[in-house]
Amino acid sequence: MTSFRSALAPIGNGWNEITDWFGRQPRAVRILAGAVVVLFFYSLPLLRPPLLTTNQIDFGGVMFQVAAFALVALGLNIVIGYAGLLDLGYVGFYATGAYTTGVLTSHHGSWPFFLALPVAIVVTMITGVILGAPTLRVRGDYLAIVTLGFGEIIRICVKNIEWLGASAGIKDIPHPNSIGPAPKPPFDPGGLFEIPRVVWNGVVPSLDREHPTHFLIFGATDATPYYWLLLTALILVVIGDRLVKASKVGRAWEATREDEDAAELMGVHTFKYKLMAFALGAGIGGLSGSFYASGQGGYISPDSFPLLLSMLFVAAVIVGGSGNRWGAMAGGALVAYLPERFREFADYRLLVFGLALTTLAVFRPEGLLPPRRTRRAKAVLAEIDALEEGDVEEEGTHV
Amino acid sequence: MDLGALFGSFDNFASFTVGGLVFGAIYALIALGYTMVYGVLQLINFAHSEVFMFGTFAVAWIFVLLHGTSDVSWSLGKALPILLVAFVAAMIVSALVALLLERVAYRPLIQKNAPKLIALISAIGASFALSEAMGLRDRFAGWFGLDHKLSNYVSPGAARDVYSNPVSIQPHKLFEIGGYAVSDVDIVIIVAALLMMFALDQFVRRTRFGRGIRAVAQDPESASLMGVNSTRVVQVTFLIGGLMAGAAATLYMMKIGSTRQNAGFILGVKAFTAAVMGGIGNLRGALLGGLLLGIMENWGAAVFGSEWRDVVAFVLLVLILLVRPSGLLGEALGKARA
Repeated sequence: MTSFRSALAPIGNGWNEITDWFGRQPRAVRILAGAVVVLFFYSLPLLRPPLLTTNQIDFGGVMFQVAAFALVALGLNIVIGYAGLLDLGYVGFYATGAYTTGVLTSHHGSWPFFLALPVAIVVTMITGVILGAPTLRVRGDYLAIVTLGFGEIIRICVKNIEWLGASAGIKDIPHPNSIGPAPKPPFDPGGLFEIPRVVWNGVVPSLDREHPTHFLIFGATDATPYYWLLLTALILVVIGDRLVKASKVGRAWEATREDEDAAELMGVHTFKYKLMAFALGAGIGGLSGSFYASGQGGYISPDSFPLLLSMLFVAAVIVGGSGNRWGAMAGGALVAYLPERFREFADYRLLVFGLALTTLAVFRPEGLLPPRRTRRAKAVLAEIDALEEGDVEEEGTHV
Repeated sequence: MDLGALFGSFDNFASFTVGGLVFGAIYALIALGYTMVYGVLQLINFAHSEVFMFGTFAVAWIFVLLHGTSDVSWSLGKALPILLVAFVAAMIVSALVALLLERVAYRPLIQKNAPKLIALISAIGASFALSEAMGLRDRFAGWFGLDHKLSNYVSPGAARDVYSNPVSIQPHKLFEIGGYAVSDVDIVIIVAALLMMFALDQFVRRTRFGRGIRAVAQDPESASLMGVNSTRVVQVTFLIGGLMAGAAATLYMMKIGSTRQNAGFILGVKAFTAAVMGGIGNLRGALLGGLLLGIMENWGAAVFGSEWRDVVAFVLLVLILLVRPSGLLGEALGKARA
């Protein structure tokens, strides 16, 4: 038991050391290191490193899904991790974003994707406010069941409303606009230039010019451009997340989460900030859903948004480390990636996932990468403990 | 006077009401498991739906064991002996699953005083694992080379499909209300559920152990200082929740007759909704919430169409929480008077 826990501890500690090291470096080194990491993630579907690459399913597509889950986890982290609100119906926002995009671009209109995207985000945020305004006033525990119900209501609505495609869903959602000359089948694949990908023979890499990625064609054959687009959105959201978290809003969230009554007494308008967290989280969910709808498949149906997905999202945030954006993103990536990587155990993957969740919760309750706050809080607590013990000893000697 | 005439679009008001009461009684029995655990631990026992699901399989297995796999249609009286055995078996199976859940997924976290969210994740994980374990029972039997011996129970290759009770219970009309024939099955379900709940209510209010449960619900720390074994109390709470879920599973199988590995999920969500509606942590609230939810969603289904049943249930929940933020009866388990 303890050996398992001590085996997990280095993950958190190692991460701490990395972030501490990163913080100590000069600005130039930090920018360079950041650029290398970003570049690595952009080129991942082309590098196709052995062991990491999925064999039975297109790796680019898997990476797209991984990025989509990371984005969702980032959004849900605002709601759960920052504001401390348990949202069990996050899939409802994901679906709202996806359906807004689907309706605007193909089902009832022919808007281009990049015009539909901001509308989808706004619609989802409004949905978040509409759901949050009445329900954020009820007790925290009840919020879980109300949001759970909301997720199910959204699914049932899209399933039964003819105007939204009913159970057949929405087909042929247009892809984002390509850059460069359009492809002219069958011979000219279009795009500005081609990027070959790497194949590995054991540990020996070589270039594979047979399956190049065309920059930047959003077609039906190659998922990599979609991944790049989503990764760009993810990076932008991370930057926004940093700014908001470090601002007055972020502090208000932290205060509300730790002690709502105390925060209210200190003049923090807690309801306003909770609603803000809800709307922001919803907007990011909608953004991710919008990308999902216009993705490689271009098809959404009510069955794409089961309630189970909400549970997976919450699990991703908590497992990764709720309150730490990197932890939440890692959790999201893991939850999306592991089942695809281990497809050969397809039948057992949910079973294993369930067991892993319980095991992690029992042995590492703070998540894989806990937020800094807990570390700071732990250090303060340890200090207080030490002081108290010292006091007791002192008194003991006096008496 | 014909009640149905009051509601223009209801052709058979009574039928929807009695049907709603039957389902409401089942919801209420499951809701007890949620409400007891919440009352004592302030935790949402997310895996309770799986406790119920195991009970439904126990019922079907007992019928296969004692009757065989030939499909027949029996009257309630003929099925009663096997049904009673199945009732006991389902309660035992569900209670065992609930105890296992408490030991594996909850106790380590309670001892560490972990945040509530973590307990929820642990329960979600356990719920996935239990449901999948049932869906993969053919594989597990295969590992031990038992798949041929147990083929009637695991139905190889289709363990994820619907698993039906070979004996379908034919309801018999007892009397008529507003043109709806009330059957013996309906009456047995409602009466059995009410009896179980009455027994539980008395247990919590009058027995020594019930006092212990209420004490821990009020203040765990003081309770343990007063000599209440809180670990044991939590265990008994889960045990009772499991027993009630097993009873609910039997009644459910009487009415529906088939189950599958994810049968518990939506029913569990509904039951939890019922518990919240009545006031979570409140036993009588669970009964009221369950019956109300059953009736209202059936009426809603009659007015808007059956595909909107779940939407009606959840909208009703939101409305009730807006008016009464702590549920209809809104009294905690600890405050129940002896």
